[in-house]
Amino acid sequence: MAASTPSPADLSAALVLEPVASADWLVILPVAWCLAIGALLVMLRRQIDWHPYIAVLGLAGLVLIDVLLLRHVLASGPVTMVMGRWLPPFGIAFTVDLTGALFALTASVVALAGAIYSLADINDSGRRYGFYPFLMLLMAGVSGAFLTGDVFNLYVWFEVLLISSFGLIVLGSEREQIDGAVKYGFLNLVATTLFLITTGYLYASFGTLNMADIARKAEGLSGTAPLMTLTALFVLAFGMKAAAFPVNFWLPASYHTPRVVVSALFAGLLTKVGIYALIRITVMLLPLEREQLSFVIAVAGALTMLVGAFGALAQSDFRRMLGYLVVSGIGSILAGVAVGGPGGIGGAIFYALHSMLVMTALYFASGVAAKLGGSFSLASLAGLYRRHAGFAALTLMLCFAVSGLPPFSGFWPKVMLVKAALDIGAWWLAAALLVTGFLTTVVTGRFFLLAYWRDRADTTDTPHSVTISPAALLPLTALTMLVLAIGLYPELLLSTIQSAAAGLGEPSAYLNSVFPGGAP
Amino acid sequence: MTSVIFRAVAPFLTSLMVLFSIFVLLRGHNEPGGGFIGGLIAVSALAIYGIACGVETVRRAIYIHPMAISGAGLFAATIAGLISIAARVPFMTGLWIYPSVLGVEIPLSTVTLFDCGVYLVVVGAISSIALSLEERGGE
Amino acid sequence: MEAWFALLVGIFFTVAIYLLLSKYIIRVLLGVAILGNAVNLLIFTGGRLTRGVPPVIPGHQDALTGLAANALPQALILTAIVISFSFFAFLLVLAWRAYEDLQTDNTDEMRVAEPKDEPAPPLGY
Repeated sequence: MAASTPSPADLSAALVLEPVASADWLVILPVAWCLAIGALLVMLRRQIDWHPYIAVLGLAGLVLIDVLLLRHVLASGPVTMVMGRWLPPFGIAFTVDLTGALFALTASVVALAGAIYSLADINDSGRRYGFYPFLMLLMAGVSGAFLTGDVFNLYVWFEVLLISSFGLIVLGSEREQIDGAVKYGFLNLVATTLFLITTGYLYASFGTLNMADIARKAEGLSGTAPLMTLTALFVLAFGMKAAAFPVNFWLPASYHTPRVVVSALFAGLLTKVGIYALIRITVMLLPLEREQLSFVIAVAGALTMLVGAFGALAQSDFRRMLGYLVVSGIGSILAGVAVGGPGGIGGAIFYALHSMLVMTALYFASGVAAKLGGSFSLASLAGLYRRHAGFAALTLMLCFAVSGLPPFSGFWPKVMLVKAALDIGAWWLAAALLVTGFLTTVVTGRFFLLAYWRDRADTTDTPHSVTISPAALLPLTALTMLVLAIGLYPELLLSTIQSAAAGLGEPSAYLNSVFPGGAP
Repeated sequence: MTSVIFRAVAPFLTSLMVLFSIFVLLRGHNEPGGGFIGGLIAVSALAIYGIACGVETVRRAIYIHPMAISGAGLFAATIAGLISIAARVPFMTGLWIYPSVLGVEIPLSTVTLFDCGVYLVVVGAISSIALSLEERGGE
Repeated sequence: MEAWFALLVGIFFTVAIYLLLSKYIIRVLLGVAILGNAVNLLIFTGGRLTRGVPPVIPGHQDALTGLAANALPQALILTAIVISFSFFAFLLVLAWRAYEDLQTDNTDEMRVAEPKDEPAPPLGY
């Protein structure tokens, strides 16, 4: 079209003209795939019997796409695709580096596990209400947030996943759920509005929203633009999304109200998206300001850890205890962000990935335990070990993992974080990490003692009357085995995470991928 | 609504507004208009029909459930972006074909398909909210 | 002009935060709505306020001659308005449902999910 204008413009300055390699499509495919499957499920609203199978197949496809994406990024570095072939910084770019690919892959694994578990947990009315379409749209939002290379686009994906999560949290419309959803909804909306304010200021200061462009310009602007304000607002907004102290109270108030599988997905995905955005923006885009704010982030992180651990200690409900453990994990990740450097950031990324897997699995375990024992309350749960020793073993492994004991996946990130904290002389942060680990061990130990080893007071009902559905046991076992495998053979993941953290600290490869010809 | 005048006029008004919404949708490529605003006009048309003749009549008239309409729209919009795989250009690049039907050249593009998708999403999602609110208001 | 808008945005934020601090859901809801508008106005002001100057480069030139309003913030607002509208609609329905089911719009009394008289966790067997 443009070729017909009288004065031929230099199109190569504005548009991608060379054909795109098919492998680069992997960048956009996770989002487009989830949107397409989600739309298909919305259209097939009468065939609710097909929904679970389409969703499980779709999410298995998503895992495959994300594996291929990670392989592609490992082989050829960060990959960029621009929308509508407009070159950045004007076009919206999707840029995937190792961090984004790792998070996206883990999220898709968690979602697949959730979809399989939902076969046992979501009944017909939940399906009719649209659990599976919401799940696919949630995954579109989560994948988009992990893969995008544009700050406003990140905001849009946040909103996509937020609106789907609203749909999921009220699934069932019980009184408890409405109560939890009110707190969840309002607090999260305020957090995203804060994010939007900050995005507006960001554009006013930089004149661009492309992450690579901002990362390039941030150093030059640090004297003149109010970047400190920006960073503080970003930390507050993402801290609120991630449930960091002192803005964490919405999480334990709402995460125990929805269906078990919904809680599990939220615990695995939503807070980690906040953490990912925090890492991406503060570490890669505004590193100097993060350095200055590191003390504040460290204090917030330490308090988050301790509040989470003490909160968990005070709970008598399995799921509410898990909500506090999610908060406690967020504190450890924040500690890593505060410490910085390859060790701290690597530890934070590793801890986030570990937490996604473990917290989801623990929520699955809570669902299974409630099915076997008839309640989530620690006062009435008892004797689970007698009933199902295999399930008890799985839960024990997860308890070890969440406490950070070897040989499970929680051990290595904790070692990295403590070492990184000691290396910069923040002994109190290292102490907070270790004390939290100890407290978490007490929490899980007490819980295991009460719910699993304690004998049942009433022996009236037959102990083997309830069996665990294989659809619930399969994802739980698979995630636990994954946790164990990461704990036993961490080398491959560790080296990948270390290069991911190095790529965030020194984003020249990321910049080259967005601006192949250097500065425009 | 019991007004005879309103009930007599509503079907004509609705059909006129739906027609106008499609005009706005197609006009949107180079001039003010587009899928979003077109969709909103179509929803107001359906809402007027619902106020005049009852929600059940509207549901019967549009035949397909509103949420299914919005699902189809989302699907169309996604497909519009994915067509560019075949042309080896980045996601969501506008692609044009000019078939000639009965001697008239008709420009078709993925952009139009995307805009139609937006139109359907808006029509489906907002009308499903509006209709359910009207249903409750009538109690 | 910008100074007046900045003042207006400030007033919007003040009102919004005051309302958000209330314990009644309906006021919090109004606060959220005003907060969304405050943000939109803020971004709008940030994109320069000019009237009647289209940001279009004439055919014989390579750059804009005069100052025109930046079109991108306005596009951002358009997106944000749509999103905040849909969230407002959702939260309105949610607040209504909460009022119907829980018989209160006072957040202090919304203790169904976290009951006040929950027993302490068992201390031993």
